[in-house]
Amino acid sequence: MAQVEVRNLYKVFGSNSNRAIQLLEQGMSKQEIMEKTGHTIALQDVTLEVERGEIFVVMGLSGSGKSTFIRCLNRLIEPTSGEIRLDDEDVLQLDKEGLRQLRLHRMSMVFQRFSLFPHRSVLDNIAFGLEVQGVKKGQRQEAAMRWLDIVGLKGWENSYPDQLSGGMQQRVGLARALTTDPEILLMDEPFSALDPLIRREMQEELLNLQAKLRKTIIFITHDLDEALHLGDRIAILKDGLVVQVGTPEDILTHPATDYVAEFTRDVNRSRVISVESAMIRPRALASRHSGPQVALKLMQQEGVSSAYLVDQNRHFVGIITLDDALAAARDGAKTLQSYITTDVPRTSPDAVLSDLLPIAAETAVPIAVVDEEGVLAGILPRVSVIAALAAGANGNSSPASFSMNGSRAPETQPDAESEAEKAVVPEL
Amino acid sequence: MQEFPDFFELPLEKWIDRGVNWLTVEGDAFFDAIGGGLLQLLLWLEGALLWIPWYVLIAAVALVAWRVKDWRLAAGSAVGMVFIGLLGLWEASMQTLAIVLAATLLAIVVGVPIGIAMTRKDWIESLIRPILDMMQTLPSFVYLIPALMLFGLGKVPALIATFIYAVPLSIRFTNLGIRQVPADVIEAAEAFGATQQQQLFKVQLPLALPTIMAGINQTIMMALAMVVVASMIGAGGLGSEVLNGISRLEVGRGFVAGISIVILAIIMDRITQNMAPARAKAVE
Ligand SMILES: Nc1ncnc2c1ncn2[C@@H]1O[C@H](COP(=O)(O)OP(=O)(O)O)[C@@H](O)[C@H]1O
Ligand SMILES: [Mg+2]
Repeated sequence: MAQVEVRNLYKVFGSNSNRAIQLLEQGMSKQEIMEKTGHTIALQDVTLEVERGEIFVVMGLSGSGKSTFIRCLNRLIEPTSGEIRLDDEDVLQLDKEGLRQLRLHRMSMVFQRFSLFPHRSVLDNIAFGLEVQGVKKGQRQEAAMRWLDIVGLKGWENSYPDQLSGGMQQRVGLARALTTDPEILLMDEPFSALDPLIRREMQEELLNLQAKLRKTIIFITHDLDEALHLGDRIAILKDGLVVQVGTPEDILTHPATDYVAEFTRDVNRSRVISVESAMIRPRALASRHSGPQVALKLMQQEGVSSAYLVDQNRHFVGIITLDDALAAARDGAKTLQSYITTDVPRTSPDAVLSDLLPIAAETAVPIAVVDEEGVLAGILPRVSVIAALAAGANGNSSPASFSMNGSRAPETQPDAESEAEKAVVPEL
Repeated sequence: MQEFPDFFELPLEKWIDRGVNWLTVEGDAFFDAIGGGLLQLLLWLEGALLWIPWYVLIAAVALVAWRVKDWRLAAGSAVGMVFIGLLGLWEASMQTLAIVLAATLLAIVVGVPIGIAMTRKDWIESLIRPILDMMQTLPSFVYLIPALMLFGLGKVPALIATFIYAVPLSIRFTNLGIRQVPADVIEAAEAFGATQQQQLFKVQLPLALPTIMAGINQTIMMALAMVVVASMIGAGGLGSEVLNGISRLEVGRGFVAGISIVILAIIMDRITQNMAPARAKAVE
């Protein structure tokens, strides 16, 4: 069961919100209602679920209702109507004390502009949540010290927020949110105010932390790259409406609307495209017991310079190159057994394309895609990896990965590579 | 000459007289109790200031000045106070100081909570703001009249008049200081489950402190200004010296008392100006 369930959530800013919702139900648009009544429809009929332990990203342009949405979850903003369930408890039914307990123990928040307490030292900022819980000074400072260390600010405990850089301030913000050990972390564009390099660094650290902590994180961003990089799942918000919820790959490969497609056009696809969706069928596939003549014939037919060998269960065994097959034929060998190259780079279908860049740069033969059972699922010519990265180079891939493409001439697998190029490039 | 028709007269003057009369009669016990309490406070303060040997008091003031600012302020304060003593106005100065301190104390005790209340509900602010505006535009003499009627002549009505004259500043600055605290910082406190009271004491008041301190500084200055006027109804101290100097045309006497008031004002101004904690000063 999902940890957080949001159903039919509406938020209208203005004095007569019910009338605004009525007009909305009568089919009037958000803009018309704004002009006619002065009411802002910030969220309309938002329904979604967040699973325990996932990073759930809510993405949208400025003004799409992201901040309103995340503040409805801990009721810093009171929703107009709808339902928010947290582990089957109705958050909107909580009384004042119940709500306070929720904020004290179960949900905490990281803010876009850090929102640290300027009059408190770093340590006292981090300890704030425990302090309002009523935890004793020694105990809360000890806990705060631990988190201070974890976010990499050891030695800064007695400094004040205005003495810290933006990145460091947000580390304090993160530590402050984690110190109460909440189940759910609400993060409203936490990295948007940071410059790109620091932002990257913080994203990586968040992922590292999350690998250990497994919190449920609801993360707001307006940056698609950030959403794709961090999100286990992403909800795309437009004018207060959820237009799509899905994994990063869903969003990229099956955009639900033109709006989403437009959004995702320029993304560095290689970063999130899985090997599975980029791999191709091995064209020269032979049994490990085949003789050299069979292999040579296959290669000739398919116009490639190596063949992939599998056993009767399609388990991957290795490859035989054209040269080795010719040698075997010359030697009069019955099987290819002693000519097989087993030292072939491998990867799993679930791997992400960009992670294969180092392998792709090294290998002369396509990467074998092998599943958990050892079955050969497909092959991944290096050109697929590099072409995908090159396509992303105008987006976000590093210059280094781009130049690698240019400096290395295609080598032993001209056919397979050009074939792969045909298969991959038109999609981009 | 054109005369305003007098067949319909608005008898506001009579109403106020009657109201104040009614208060004096019906509220007699009440005002006596308040007056008694205030008198105790005042006498105690005055007694304490005069009981402390002059050199100890000067040393203490110099120490505070040095702690909040630097040795120059400390030296200046000490020289100023010695000068007042040499003029023969030590006792009168301590009487004045006692009223100013008591009025300031009252203004903080009454003004800060009202200032806080104004930030909580907008309707409280829109109720109180015009009252404050009115209080600050009325000439200071006007305060003497009801104080005189309710408490008679003497130190207590002088204290009350001084307090009423000075309290709008501490209310205004508290309100301003708390409203200036960035909304996102308060939101953060709320998001972490802080109660209203925790938000007030852990976030709003500490961040408003520099502004509230500026208000207290202003309150003291107002009180000092009023104390001269209040000497007309029996405040005593330096104000009476000035008043006597004027009424008897003893220019020198009035002048030295005036100088002493200025010296007291400068010392208190500089010390309270620098009293806000250094860290909170960094906050706009
Ligand atoms: N307190 C408010 N009063 C009135 N309108 C508001 C308020 N807060 C936000 N809005 C409006 O609601 C819409 C969504 O705002 P917000 O949730 O802040 O968007 P985002 O965080 O995606 O930029 C905007 O049109 C904004 O102007
Ligand atoms: Mg926002």
